[in-house]
Amino acid sequence: MMAVATDASAPRPAKAPNAVSNTTVTFAKALNQALADAMSADERVLVFGEDVGELGGVFRVTDGLAARFGENRCFDTPLAEAGILGTAIGMAMYGLRPVVEMQFDAFAYPAFEQLVSHLAKMRNRTRGALPMPVVIRIPYGGGIGGVEHHSDSSEAYVAHTPGIQVVTPATVDDAYWLLRSAIASPDPVVFFEPKRLYWTKAKLSLPVTTGPIGTAAVRRPGRDLTLIAYGQTVPIALETAEHAREYGYDLEVVDLRSLVPFDDATVAASVERTGRAIVVHEAAGFAGFGAEVAARVSERCFYRLEAPVLRVTGLDIPYPPPKLEHWHLPNVDRVLDAVERAMAA
Amino acid sequence: MTLLDLPPAATRGNPATAAAPYWDTDPLRYLDEHGAPAEGGLRPAEELLDPERLLAVYRALRLARAFDTEATNLVMQGHLAVYPSSRGQEACQAAAALCLEPQDWLFPTYRDTAALAVRGIDPVEALTLLRGSWHCGYDPKRWRTAPQCTPLATQAPHAVGLALAAKLAGDPVVALCLLGDGATSEGDFHEACNSAAVYQAPAVFLVQNNQYAISVPLRKQTHALSLAHKAVGYGMPGVRVDGNDVIALMHVLGEATRRAREGGGPTLIEAVTYRVRAHTNADDAARYRDQAEVDLWLARDPVDRLARYLTATGRLDDGLDAAIAAEGEKYAAAMRERLNVEPQVEPADMFDHVFASPTPQLRAQRAAVLRERELEEAAREGGA
Repeated sequence: MMAVATDASAPRPAKAPNAVSNTTVTFAKALNQALADAMSADERVLVFGEDVGELGGVFRVTDGLAARFGENRCFDTPLAEAGILGTAIGMAMYGLRPVVEMQFDAFAYPAFEQLVSHLAKMRNRTRGALPMPVVIRIPYGGGIGGVEHHSDSSEAYVAHTPGIQVVTPATVDDAYWLLRSAIASPDPVVFFEPKRLYWTKAKLSLPVTTGPIGTAAVRRPGRDLTLIAYGQTVPIALETAEHAREYGYDLEVVDLRSLVPFDDATVAASVERTGRAIVVHEAAGFAGFGAEVAARVSERCFYRLEAPVLRVTGLDIPYPPPKLEHWHLPNVDRVLDAVERAMAA
Repeated sequence: MTLLDLPPAATRGNPATAAAPYWDTDPLRYLDEHGAPAEGGLRPAEELLDPERLLAVYRALRLARAFDTEATNLVMQGHLAVYPSSRGQEACQAAAALCLEPQDWLFPTYRDTAALAVRGIDPVEALTLLRGSWHCGYDPKRWRTAPQCTPLATQAPHAVGLALAAKLAGDPVVALCLLGDGATSEGDFHEACNSAAVYQAPAVFLVQNNQYAISVPLRKQTHALSLAHKAVGYGMPGVRVDGNDVIALMHVLGEATRRAREGGGPTLIEAVTYRVRAHTNADDAARYRDQAEVDLWLARDPVDRLARYLTATGRLDDGLDAAIAAEGEKYAAAMRERLNVEPQVEPADMFDHVFASPTPQLRAQRAAVLRERELEEAAREGGA
C-alpha cells in the first residue's frame, strides 16, 4: 500500500531526475512518458478513467501504466464521468493528485457540474484549505473521421469558468512538459489533447525546460500579421505562414498553449509588432474562445491595429458527420483568405 | 396510470405499499413513538444503552434543537441570508455527527448545519454559508468535514473518492455522506453508490428521507418500494431505519461504519423522518401540505421520544432536563450575541483563493476593486 500525505501542498521531490534522452516519439507517447515520469516522481499521482487500465486508453496514452505502477495507481472506473471527476475531487481532498481521462470530448459533459460547481470553486469556497490538484485529460477536436459526439472542441465552456486552468499542447515537447506542469500544478487543469496530433512525431528532448502554465510561444517570427492559434490549428497556422511567403507576407505565429491563464503580454507584444491579428480555432466561432482573444487584442492594441482582428473558426453548426467535416474545419485556404482581407485593409 | 395520477391515499413511496402504511411496519426501530422499547424492535449494541452514553446523545439532540431554533429566529430577524431548517431531523443530525471517529469525514448538505454544530464546529463558522459572509466558514481539514454541499448529491462522489483514497493508503477512515430523499433521483447519487460498491470504498450514505424535496413529495420522486431498496441494485446493504429513533440510528450507523472500516464496503441507509418546517424561511409549506400531516409528525418528535425513554428508565429527571435545557439556552444566547453583529467581509478574499497564485488578470481586477473601496471610503469620510 502506498503512503499518502494528507497535505496536498507539500511538494514531494522526484525520486530521480528525468533521464536525458533525445528520441523521436509520437505526441501520444510523449503524453504517456509524462504520465509515467510524473507517477514515478510523486506517489500521490494516480491515473484513472474508462479503459485506461489494461487497455491503456482508447488512444493508448496510458499504455503500460497499470502494469508498471499497479492497479492502485492506474485503474479502470465504472462508466460514469461525473463519478470519475467527483471521485478525483474527493481524492484530492485527501491529498492525492489524480489525473483522470475523459474518453472523448463530448463524453466529458456529464462531468460538467462537478467541474463548474466543485473543482473550480473548492479552493475558493474553503479559502485555500482544500486545493484541487486535479488534471482532467480530454482528447478533443475533429479531423480524425469520428462519428458524432467524437469531435467536439469544448474549450470555451471550460475557459469561461473561473478557477480552472485550460491548456492544450501543439508540439511533442509541449505535450510532455505541459502535462508535467499540469500534474505539478496546485490548481485544477483541463488538459485538452488535440486528437488529430496524437500520431505526429518529433524529437522529445528530455529533460524538457519547463515554464509555468500561462505562457504562450512565438512559433514563427514575422513582421506583417500575427496568427494566433492553439492545439490542432497551430500546424495549420504554420503551414499558412509558409504559403503566405509566396504572396510576400511575413506572418508571425503565436501558439497560445495556455488559454487560462491567458498570456496577454506575449499576444499583445506580437500584435504591437505586426499590427494585424487573426485568431484560428476549430470550435464554432460564435461566443468562442477567439472572441475573447479578439477582444483582448482590440483592448490592448487598438491604436496599433491596421485591420480588424479576424477569426477563422469552425462553423456555427453541430459538428458534421465525417464525410462533411472537411467543410467545417479551418484550413490553410481559409486562413490565407483572411490574411488577404487583413492585409488589404 | 402515470405517477401523477396516484390516488391520494398513496402518500408514501410505491402505491403497492400504501395499504400497509409505510411508516408503521417497515423501518428498524428500538423505541416506539412513545419512547418505549418497540415490540419486535431491534436489539441495539450494549454500549449504546449505557446511561452516560445515552445522556450524551440526548445532550446532542437538545443542542441540535437549540441550534436549529436559534438559527430559525436569526433568519427571521434578518441575520442570516437563508436557513433550511432541520427541525424534526435532530436524531439524524446528532447521530451522523456522533457515529464518526475523529479521523472520519462527514459530507454534509445545506440542511445539515445542526450536525456540524454537534460535530463541534463553532456555530458562527458553521453558519457562514447561510449568513452569506463566505461560502465555507470552517476548516474542512481540521474538522474532517467537507464544505456543505448545495447542488444535490454532488458531494456523494467526493465521499467515495475520499474513502477510496483512505482505503488505498490503508487508513481506517470512513466517509459519511448525508443526502435527502430528493437527492436520490440525481445521477451523481447513482454514480457514487455504484462506484462505492465497485471499489468497496469505506463510505456510508445516509439518506434523510424527510418526505419532501422543497414541495415535491416522495411519491413523485421514486417508484421504488423504498429508498433503501435502491441498494440492491448496487450490491450493497440497504437499511431502512426510523429516523426519529436516535438509538436505532446510532445502532445502524455504528454497524455500517464498522463494516466500512473493516473492509466490508459501503452501506445505504434510509432514515425515515420528516421536515417539520418549510424548505427554507423563503418557502410556504402550506401551499403543498396539510397541518394535520405536520401534527402527526410532531407527535413523533425525536427529542421528546428519547426524553421519555430516559425518564421512564430513571436516567433523566426534571432537574437534569432543566439543566440540559439551560445549556442549550446558553449556547443559543451566544449564537444570538455573535450573529447579531454585521459580519466583516474582505473584498480581497474574492481574488486570493481562485488559484494558488493569482493570474495577472486577477491581480488587476483585485487592485481595481480595492481602489473602488478606497474611493467609497474617502467619499463616506468626506460626506461625514
